[in-house]
Amino acid sequence: MDMKFLDFEQSIAELEAKIEELRHVGFDKVINISDEISRLEEKSRKLTESIFSGLSAWQISQLSRHPQRPYTQDYLESVFEVFHELHGDRSFADDPAIIGGLARLDGLPVMLIGHQKGRDTKEKIYRNFGMPRPEGYRKALRLMKMAERFRLPIVCLIDTPGAYPGIGAEERGQSEAIARNLFEMSKLRTPVVCTVIGEGGSGGALAIGVGDRLLMLQYSTYSVISPEGCASILWKSAEKAELAAEAMGITSKRLMDLKMIDEIIAEPVGGAHRDRKLMAENLKAALKKNLDELRQLPLDALVEQRYQKLMKYGVYDEAV
Amino acid sequence: MSSWFHKKVLSKIRTDASTKSVVPEGLWCKCDLCSAILYRAEVERNLDVCPKCSHHMRISARKRLNEFLDPGSQREVGDTLSPLDPLKFKDSKKYKDRLAQAQKQTGEKDALIVIHGQLKDRPLVVAAFNFEFMAGSMGSVVGEAFVRGVNICLEQHIPLVCFSASGGARMQESLLSLFQMAKTSAALAKMAEAGLPFISVLTDPTMGGVSASLAMLGDINIGEPGALIGFAGPRVIEQTVREKLPEGFQRSEFLLEHGAIDMIIDRREMRDKIADLLDLLMQGGDGGNAAAESAAVLEDA
Repeated sequence: MDMKFLDFEQSIAELEAKIEELRHVGFDKVINISDEISRLEEKSRKLTESIFSGLSAWQISQLSRHPQRPYTQDYLESVFEVFHELHGDRSFADDPAIIGGLARLDGLPVMLIGHQKGRDTKEKIYRNFGMPRPEGYRKALRLMKMAERFRLPIVCLIDTPGAYPGIGAEERGQSEAIARNLFEMSKLRTPVVCTVIGEGGSGGALAIGVGDRLLMLQYSTYSVISPEGCASILWKSAEKAELAAEAMGITSKRLMDLKMIDEIIAEPVGGAHRDRKLMAENLKAALKKNLDELRQLPLDALVEQRYQKLMKYGVYDEAV
Repeated sequence: MSSWFHKKVLSKIRTDASTKSVVPEGLWCKCDLCSAILYRAEVERNLDVCPKCSHHMRISARKRLNEFLDPGSQREVGDTLSPLDPLKFKDSKKYKDRLAQAQKQTGEKDALIVIHGQLKDRPLVVAAFNFEFMAGSMGSVVGEAFVRGVNICLEQHIPLVCFSASGGARMQESLLSLFQMAKTSAALAKMAEAGLPFISVLTDPTMGGVSASLAMLGDINIGEPGALIGFAGPRVIEQTVREKLPEGFQRSEFLLEHGAIDMIIDRREMRDKIADLLDLLMQGGDGGNAAAESAAVLEDA
């Protein structure tokens, strides 16, 4: 697969193109240019490291939506040994923007639930760009309640621009579906680990995001509204998205500093899509570690701890 | 600029105007819906409902609570809380300045007022969103005040009523605001576990993060007539689906038809009806054990 580069990666792209060119001529010529290639590769790696050490919130936002970024389905094979997809909310439909099912993580049976975006145009439309409708959230809740009954830990992978703003979605109670999940997830009697793997878009993300641990991949984002949405309301122009991204503090590092998340999962140099295997290993290790810790706790303590964690969210002043 | 108008026209009716000039401004108001010119005192006596067409106008949280609760019974909850600016948020204006302006304009510290009081002698906690305060948006203070209200209900074993009017989560507190949705919903789950009723009254408008959390979680969801209630705003939906929205879309009547709310209640009947609903919910035998007992009786038979 040809690597796609973002605007701020243009210098890397040029270097990579040169390396690619040299590789091709390498076969024809007698002169050994492998030294030159490895020298350039090293240069490219250094350049990438240097660019990625100082990314702006907006640049990270673009990475979180990178067209080649691994989605939930990509992790199904690389992180889990088994996956049986379970479909439908039992009331209205099956929503392809959320997938869920029984999986095995290093031998441990778990319930896996995640947003799913599409890769090509056809699949993007089928997955509704990863924007769930109420039936998606209701399917997720059905599976979570099932997990609770069978004492399976729940793994949620978050990657959505947001809940779908459509007529049918409103008619079928988008608000209630999201609210119900928040309500029920707060008291599930089984460990819940949520990880933002790409875009954490508002209520649509939170609706499968209430748990005992909240993890974020290094270059994922999580925000109350998309930078574009925030910009168009507060700056009256979607073009100010860059400013909005900065102001809202949507990156994993900023949210860690604000004590909103529990852990950052490191991404490979250049982002998750540059080395999917390594990314999957890091994600798997983090999920295993957190689930192992949570499974030690008695259920009453687990649920109480989750409740206290939720109650602590908020920064305010109090007069005494 | 208007001097020609004063001279030529106003002079003729000045005799009438002389009596008018002593009365305070804002004596009259206009209904947004039927455009009737209304005597303000009469509108106020009518709980800000248009006496001509029954249009429910938006009212401030303070006024709402004063009209809903028994007089003299009110103790404010969470009034020691005030908002901070943890993100140092700045758009065209600083969040701090927006807060200061809203506080000055409304005389309130934030967008939710919570009162521990009485409704027709029944003790309860009532929360009301103030739409005038940054569009009733939910940030850290709103979430915390709501939870403190719930905690009083849990301690005293009393019900909760919330009047929502909100544009959603407060962008200026970013993820902190979003997580107030989870926080308030979790607190409501505790209410439900304790067998205490939560009545949610959705007033114009209840959108976004508030609609998608506490407002939709009532044991009984009530809409005020004509209120705009939904997750996504109508403009956003129109831009997304590129079609005209159906007549009455996202109004209380639409939600009732689609099964999202239990009933629509006229503001002037709110006190009576909610008091009655609460009685019915709170008097169900021995705190919900009645159902189990009757099931046992059936088995015995």
